[in-house]
Order: sequence, then C-alpha cells, then structure tokens
Amino acid sequence: MQTAEKTLDEILTLAAAHFKVPREKLSPDEDFFKALGIDSLQTLDLLTKLENHFHVELPDYELQGVTDFRTLAAKIQARL
Amino acid sequence: MVVAAEGVPVGQFKGQTLSWQVNSGTIELALYRTPCNELGSLSLGELEQFAAALEELEKNAHALIVHSELKSGFCAGADLRELYQRSQAMEKSESLRQVRDFLERIHAVLNRIDASTLPTIAAVHGVTFGGGLELALACDLIIADKTARFAFPELRLGLIPGFGGIPRLKRDVGNAVIRDLLLTGRSFNSTKAQQIGLVSQVVSEGEVLRAARATAAQLGKFDRHTAAAAKQFIKPIPHDELRREIDLFCELFSRPAVQAGLKKFVESRAAQPYLP
Repeated sequence: MQTAEKTLDEILTLAAAHFKVPREKLSPDEDFFKALGIDSLQTLDLLTKLENHFHVELPDYELQGVTDFRTLAAKIQARL
Repeated sequence: MVVAAEGVPVGQFKGQTLSWQVNSGTIELALYRTPCNELGSLSLGELEQFAAALEELEKNAHALIVHSELKSGFCAGADLRELYQRSQAMEKSESLRQVRDFLERIHAVLNRIDASTLPTIAAVHGVTFGGGLELALACDLIIADKTARFAFPELRLGLIPGFGGIPRLKRDVGNAVIRDLLLTGRSFNSTKAQQIGLVSQVVSEGEVLRAARATAAQLGKFDRHTAAAAKQFIKPIPHDELRREIDLFCELFSRPAVQAGLKKFVESRAAQPYLP
C-alpha cells in the first residue's frame, strides 16, 4: 500500500500537470480552488482525474468542504 | 438545405444551441450552448425542430449520434437559472403551468428520440448531469470517454429528475443503483457507469465521437428493419411511468422548499454548487 505522502505528491503532480500550474507553486495545505483557479465544472474534472489515477471511487459528498490538497489526499488514502 | 412541408429544415440545421447534419449515413446532433448545454426554452425549441425533422432524416440514415461540441461536457441538465427567473416573474399557478408545459414538450422530444427507428448513440464526455443524463438515457447506447461524469442531483433542489430519468434508468439498471444515484445525488465516473451497465463503451479522453462514429458504421451494416424490430422489442418506452413522473415533479415543484433550493443554487458562488 502506498504511503500518504506519496498519494499527496501524486495529487500535486497530477493537478499541476492537468491545470498547467507549476508544480513548485502548489503546497499541500493550500486551497486548491484558489491555487488552481478552477470552477465547479473543473472541480468535477479534477475529481474524475483523481478517481481514474488512483482507481478509487470518491463520492462527492465526502469531499464537501475539503479545500486543501492534504485533506484531499487523506480522503483518497482512506479508499486505497 | 432540404425543408419539410411545415418549414422545418431537414438535411442540416445550425441553430443557436445545436446543429444537425447527416455524415456518412449517420445523423449527428451536436449540442453547443455554453456553458454546458443547459436545457432551457431556446434549446427545447431547437430540439423540437430536430424531433420534427427526424422522420425525414431517418429515411436516409442508419444511425443517430447525439454529442456535445463543448469541452465542459455533454449536458448539465435543465437551465435552472431560467427556471428560477421565470418562476419569480409570475404567479405560482402560472409558473406551475409553464413548468408542466415545458416537461410535456421535453418528454415529447425525448420520447421521439427514444422511439426512433434508427439505432441511437449518446456520445458523452465531461458533465452529464440531470437532464443531460436523461437525454443520454433516451438513446440506445451510451459511449463515454474517461472524463464523463454522471449524476442525478435533483434532490438537492427538492425535486426528482423530470425529463424521464427514473423510468428510463429503471429500464437499464438495477433498482439499488437507482436508489443510490437518486437519494445521494452523488456523481460517478465512466468506469463506474460501465460497471453498472449504463455505458457500453469507455474510451480515452477526446475519442468519444470517433468511437461513436465507428459504432454507427457497424450498425449500418445490418438490415435496418430487423434492427428497428429488435430495438422495439427490447426497449419499450415506459409511457405510464413517464406520465406519473411529470405529475410527481409538478407536485414537488409547487412546494416552497423548491423555490428556496433554486434560489440557493442560482445565487451560489461555491466551487461545488451541485452539492447539497
């Protein structure tokens, strides 16, 4: 099973690549809506990308109120 | 352009929200109303034109593909902003009458697509929510790319899907799946959609129209009368339940909670406004 740190790192790398944001500008505790500059449709896009990458199912109600990469990683880690 | 007796353009059409043309024997209905093909009165009017033209189009085609030209997705469902603004601008009884009229009209369009003598394919990507999923469900096959995301989020507004979603979903998947989608309002991806039997093929991002065209070409190899008979046999239209759905939707729509839900959604600046 992969570590939480690796999960977090993969999320940051994936988000940076998909939304064309420099990886080094993203930090784990940052608000990803602001950091990535994404709207509601792009948030769904990110959710789908994460599910496909980690091969997990993430009910969106579990992510309600989640705004930072670290908490997002913990939610995904719980389903790996 | 070929024009039918009633003045409806047949061979091809380019409107404000959608277009259609026949490409290699396949009718391609393309949606392109920004931001995500929300279905309001303008879209409905053009869909009605398409439904009126379909009988003529069917004579010279072997399949129908419905797809979106927008990156954001296939269709985000009903135009809730229009619905809210209209409901605010008139008496409750008139608002309810107009909602029922809209539902009757969209049901007529989707029933016509559902009953087409041609095999029909919804080629979906990105957001396929609410009325968008209901449009896809009217088709015989759903082909999705990996960005596709499906949901029936209507309960967040105190409503049920109103464009035939539940009866058509019941035709295709198990009741437990429907309860999950309906009662949680959660969205799910194309892999899950294929697992539950909703989607027939999942393809790479950006490949859905190509895959749909390849499938349509395959469908064109078979005798169309046999295909039409097979379709009619295996895919009956649940008219009684569709009627009951309209009644239930209208009953729920008249409740104050729905207006509050619509207001909250329309005024929301949240990044996830589709969540309750």
